[in-house]
Amino acid sequence: MSAIAARLRALDWRLPATGRGAITVWWRNFLVWRKLMRPSLLFNFGEPLIYLVGLGFGLGSFIREMAGMPYLTFIATGVLASSAMNTASFEGLYSVYARMVPQQTYEGMLATPLMVDDIVAGEMLWCATKGVISSTAILLVAAALGAITDWRAALCLPLFLLVGFCFAGPALVVASLSNSFDFFAYYITLVMTPMFMLCGVFFPTSALPEFVQGLVVFLPLWHAVELIRPLSAGQPVTDVVLHVGVLALYGAVGFYIAVLLLRRRLIT
Amino acid sequence: MPPPVDTPQYVVEASGLTKRFNAFTAVAGVDFSIPRGGCFGILGPNGAGKTTLLRMVLGQTLPTAGSLRVLGLPMPRETRRVRARIGVVPQMDNLDPDFTVYENLAIYANYFGLSRRAVHRRIEELLDFVELSQRAETRINTLSGGMKRRLSVARALVNDPEMLVLDEPTTGFDPQVRHLIWTRLRSLKNTGKTMILTTHYMEEAERLCDALMIVDHGRIIARGSPRELIREHVEPEVIEIHTPPPELRERLGRLNGHRVEYVGETLYCYTREPRDVLPALEGMPEVSFMRRPANLEDVFLRLTGRDLRE
Repeated sequence: MSAIAARLRALDWRLPATGRGAITVWWRNFLVWRKLMRPSLLFNFGEPLIYLVGLGFGLGSFIREMAGMPYLTFIATGVLASSAMNTASFEGLYSVYARMVPQQTYEGMLATPLMVDDIVAGEMLWCATKGVISSTAILLVAAALGAITDWRAALCLPLFLLVGFCFAGPALVVASLSNSFDFFAYYITLVMTPMFMLCGVFFPTSALPEFVQGLVVFLPLWHAVELIRPLSAGQPVTDVVLHVGVLALYGAVGFYIAVLLLRRRLIT
Repeated sequence: MPPPVDTPQYVVEASGLTKRFNAFTAVAGVDFSIPRGGCFGILGPNGAGKTTLLRMVLGQTLPTAGSLRVLGLPMPRETRRVRARIGVVPQMDNLDPDFTVYENLAIYANYFGLSRRAVHRRIEELLDFVELSQRAETRINTLSGGMKRRLSVARALVNDPEMLVLDEPTTGFDPQVRHLIWTRLRSLKNTGKTMILTTHYMEEAERLCDALMIVDHGRIIARGSPRELIREHVEPEVIEIHTPPPELRERLGRLNGHRVEYVGETLYCYTREPRDVLPALEGMPEVSFMRRPANLEDVFLRLTGRDLRE
């Protein structure tokens, strides 16, 4: 116990301080993305298209309606939330680790006025941006398929950023603890996949056993779905402050812990 | 970038500087200062603490104890401001593999808050300087090792730094690359930039450094100019004799005023009076030997020993 206490004491607990530097980190990632934009966008549009056509029309022909909306709409509005989660998480795990370890990009940055806090903040912002890109692609695909018709769905855009931010935090924490790409399998299998299945993306959580329902309210994806589905399907949204608060809290706490861990890892 | 407010005489001032990693002491309370202008070398075997010293100068490693000022500013508190005025050539190239040669410099400049437009001309000059102008649009992963190294040197200059920090800049490169880099570093020195260089090539240190210190086990064991160090620590001449016959060993043993060292099958005779030694070799045409002036490598081996460091 005292060993853990000593290690905790050794951390630099100052709150993250960042500014323009984070934007230059974000800008670097954006430029790389722009170079590889075509295959990346093909993936962003192609994958949801397959999901929505396959599940929405396929399963939808049996289910037709769920929670007062066509099943295609139900799936589409759920995937809007889960896609921001997946994209931001994968960027925060694999891409961040690639930049940190094999490419030594951060080592290069830390010979400039950029500090660890700037790097983490820039990466958070970039992960969230990727979440926006992928969920916006789904929104367009869903609109083209007629699954989303309400113009209020455009209000989801800032929410995609928030959901991306929310999941970028924990992903960066996992990346900063990791010593290899293989480590991420634990996080994906034990955390992300259960969340994907349990948080109401494919069916309402009311179908789950009661004690599972009690747990689900602690999972950020459930809050993301609770916000994004009604808003994009043209239904009334409830408990906005709670949902936004939970998402922001996960992101902010993850950000702070990632800063603590990476200060220790990158500045020896 | 605002001009430096203060231009102190020393670019680095360390006192009692210490770095411990758990039980291992990498830097054991050293005092030194590095004067502005010229090239200062930090020499030492692997694991001596050279890189740790440099990392502390750059705010990439936090000292355990002692005080450190870089460009007159206290470290690590002023890391941002200090790094803005330094250029770094790292031991391992960490160029950005997703970008071209030109983009690497432009994006790196952006980390310093310098816009692409503001540095465009400077980048072209730098590419010219390292002879990579023809490669501006080339992706990094198609460059040879030597080209990458030259690009690293250009990248370190993108913020027009007062001081350049080079961690083993030519380790592992062929003579062409090494000589080109040495030429460029010498011309940078002539423009008034201060350079701090770690190396374990004594030839490199002798060619480039005006002053240097030798570190081992986290301590400074010698300092001075290359010439001073040679004068102070070894005899001026060395005679290397390969597979000396036993009677020669005996003859040399009888002579005074020389220092004899055996390394495998080779005998090193360090001497002030080679004329006393050479007659002992006469009449032994089968013995091959070489007479040469002492160099920094002799000093280095004398001070740090011949044991392997891994």
